[in-house]
Amino acid sequence: MSKTKKMMYINRKAPYGTIYAWESLEVVLIGAAFEQDVSLAFMDDGVYQLTKGQDTSGIGMKNFSPTYAALGDFEVNKIYVDKESLEERGLTLDDLQHLVWEDEDEDWAEKDSIHLVSRAELSDVLADQDVLFNF
Amino acid sequence: MSSIEANGKTYETDEEGYLADLNTWDKDVAAVMAKIDDCDLTENHWEVINFLREYYEEYQIAPAVRVLTKAIGKKLGKDKGNSKYLYELFPYGPAKQACKYAGLPKPTGCV
Repeated sequence: MSKTKKMMYINRKAPYGTIYAWESLEVVLIGAAFEQDVSLAFMDDGVYQLTKGQDTSGIGMKNFSPTYAALGDFEVNKIYVDKESLEERGLTLDDLQHLVWEDEDEDWAEKDSIHLVSRAELSDVLADQDVLFNF
Repeated sequence: MSSIEANGKTYETDEEGYLADLNTWDKDVAAVMAKIDDCDLTENHWEVINFLREYYEEYQIAPAVRVLTKAIGKKLGKDKGNSKYLYELFPYGPAKQACKYAGLPKPTGCV
């Protein structure tokens, strides 16, 4: 049996200009079935993927932003957001969806999935991973 | 493109029998799909099918079987939130088979 790997998916692109954001999310959901230690990072324009109130009706693409709220169900609950990237774009945590997961061992208590980290803290998290996927 | 008939209406499906457009779904087509698999839909089946439709409505994806099992357990009780119960209802695989009857696409990660 192979041991559990720490896998980090790094999301750097705006949600709809390219297919990267949706592809990343699909890979994460598929990968979550294999019981690895999964975490996600959102930086650069990738922070836009988590914004609230997305409306894709003008561009004819599926609005997949509600799917991020399902990550908790898939036991993906380590979501790191780069603080500087938010600030550079005039965004705060309040502009992002409130993503939570439910802790089965604590009577389904809701806990925050998003961790706001500085670039320096994020690089420590990245250094600690076994596998990095860049999207 | 294939299709199936229910109650005089034609529904387009993909080659595996999943509905091409989930908005065309109704209870009649679910029952016909089940009949093709030799499965009679009971209240217990409908509970799961309705749950899946609500889940898709909210998150825009079909849940993986592990997620489905856990969520059913939370919503309908531990005696239903286990793979034995769900596999008895849907022997071809709860996520796959129930998603099909619910008119959803095949769950992400399902082969």
